[in-house]
Amino acid sequence: MHSVSVKNLTLKFGSAEVLKNLNLDVEEGEFIVLLGPSGCGKSTLLNCLAGLLELTEGQIHIKGKNVTWAEPSERGIGMVFQSYALYPQMTVRGNMSFGLKIAGLPKAEIAKRVERASEILQIGPLLDRKPGALSGGQRQRVAIGRALVREVDVFLFDEPLSNLDAKLRSELRVELKRLHNRLKNTMIYVTHDQIEALTLADRIAIMRGGIIQQLDAPQTIYNRPANLFVAGFIGSPAMNFIKGETVDGGKRFKFGDVSLDLAGYEGGAILDRPKAILGLRPEHLTMVDAAIPGHTIPAVVEIDEPMGADSLVWLLVEGRQMSVRVPVEHRPAPGKQVHLKVDIAKASLFDETNELRI
Amino acid sequence: MANKSSAIVPSGAKPKPFVTPQRFLVYTVLTVCAVFFLFPLYIMIITSLKSIQEIQSGNIFIPTMTPTLDAWEKAWNSACTGLYCEGVKVGFWNSIKITVPSTIVSIIVASLTGYSMANWPFKFSEVFFTILLLSSFIPYVVMIYPLVIITRELGIYSTLPAVVLVHTIFGLPLLTLLFRNYFASLPAELFKAARVDGAGYWQIFFQVFAPMSVPIFTVAVILQVTGIWNDFLFGVIYAGPTNYPMTVQLNNIVNSAQGGKAYNVDMAATILTGLVPLAIYFFSGKYFVRGIAAGAVKG
Repeated sequence: MHSVSVKNLTLKFGSAEVLKNLNLDVEEGEFIVLLGPSGCGKSTLLNCLAGLLELTEGQIHIKGKNVTWAEPSERGIGMVFQSYALYPQMTVRGNMSFGLKIAGLPKAEIAKRVERASEILQIGPLLDRKPGALSGGQRQRVAIGRALVREVDVFLFDEPLSNLDAKLRSELRVELKRLHNRLKNTMIYVTHDQIEALTLADRIAIMRGGIIQQLDAPQTIYNRPANLFVAGFIGSPAMNFIKGETVDGGKRFKFGDVSLDLAGYEGGAILDRPKAILGLRPEHLTMVDAAIPGHTIPAVVEIDEPMGADSLVWLLVEGRQMSVRVPVEHRPAPGKQVHLKVDIAKASLFDETNELRI
Repeated sequence: MANKSSAIVPSGAKPKPFVTPQRFLVYTVLTVCAVFFLFPLYIMIITSLKSIQEIQSGNIFIPTMTPTLDAWEKAWNSACTGLYCEGVKVGFWNSIKITVPSTIVSIIVASLTGYSMANWPFKFSEVFFTILLLSSFIPYVVMIYPLVIITRELGIYSTLPAVVLVHTIFGLPLLTLLFRNYFASLPAELFKAARVDGAGYWQIFFQVFAPMSVPIFTVAVILQVTGIWNDFLFGVIYAGPTNYPMTVQLNNIVNSAQGGKAYNVDMAATILTGLVPLAIYFFSGKYFVRGIAAGAVKG
């Protein structure tokens, strides 16, 4: 039985189709991240799951129950919002117990649950304060606490860390992971931050234009992007793309005067394709001084950006920019002629006509 | 010269001259305006404290040396409006009887309508909103006669319920607009969070939104109380002689000619009539400005 199951979901606002015949199965205890650029429909999907938006077509099942027409509170979900959405006139305790009071739980049970949630989130000393007297990080903890006390199976997070500053964000990110390890609930998490997605998710669903482009484990998404969009979206700095063609029955990739040996490429049948794109991540390239025929690309160093642990070197290849990640002590001088050694086993080849990975 | 200017090292806040031409202009204009509006009030107060003989002796601008509250007492208790000589106190209580229910009913209806429009969109809610918006620009005098017929057909013409009904109806467009805009300006996620918590239509309104909406409710109360209290036309048309509000009564006192004009009584009665809205503005000005600003943010 799936924890959450979305079946042929379509959502239209007027004539605009925001979600298109979307299917998604989430396993029990899984941490799924919905990732995509703004306007891709990820938050809309989450609102549909929560029951805050009415579907145009399709069904939503939670714990094997069809909840397509159920009220948000009847679905067995808790939700955390980007703006925290705490009730400003209630104390932290009031915020956390509001839903339970409405559900008509006995006072002792409410107190017990609030106690437990505040212990997990370490917000015990804040219980009698109002949200206005809390910092951003504390507010978000309370918002998580409000979802926690509901003791539901599925947690929905709508960009919960986006309003926090960088330092707090990375702290709370780790805490969320700890929380998931401890509670083992199903969590569905919307973000546009790929670091959050890569660090937190068991599986990432990358969305664009209301369609899930790829649903896979973070490492698979990173190393084997299913199409050009996913390849370009995931990874910072972005993947280098080289337009060319595959020749010799798919044994070589040619662009300009350069010809690369494709032996060792992990993927489908390459064949001869007149329009192909080779994708190389900056860390899968190494700078060498001497050319190795079939394995290197000649390049000229333009500038470099030292980032502490390593340095990002920008080079010109056939008049186009490429980036390479190198250890910071290997920073080359601008204008230097170098060769880039390609690790073809980690490269991605795309057919330019349908943008899919070969 | 060069030495002198270099002696002061620029540091911290830049010193400003005590009076600049701009400041002077602003204060002059403000003072003139204040005098312009306060002078009539001054005349009213000093006149109401004079005896009628002192008024007849002239010197309208000079305060009396022997102030007396006789005129105030007379205005409240025994000034004559044609047949009856019971002062403005009858009108005062009538005005209370009209203002309190009209204010309460119109605010309840308008806040719920505004809340529904902002948060529970229903079929044609935008159409209703547009109609409402347009109706607040229609001069209300065109609706007076139809409303006379309607209240007559309802059998309540010339009674307290009629004038309360009319005030409630005419308060609705503006108030609903005010509430709708205010509720629309509240964060949408708050509403969603409350729904996830299982709160329904009434629970969200009373437990989440209403406690956050004190400023806009204050504005609504001020608008309604002052508007209804100051009203003359609806009172004289729909209320009937026994329910005439204070404004109508005041008019009758001032215009009823019996012997010489008792200017001191007229002034006292006028101030008494204006006292309620004046006090409300005075004590809630801060909320009023804040609420108007809050209601105007989002359209």
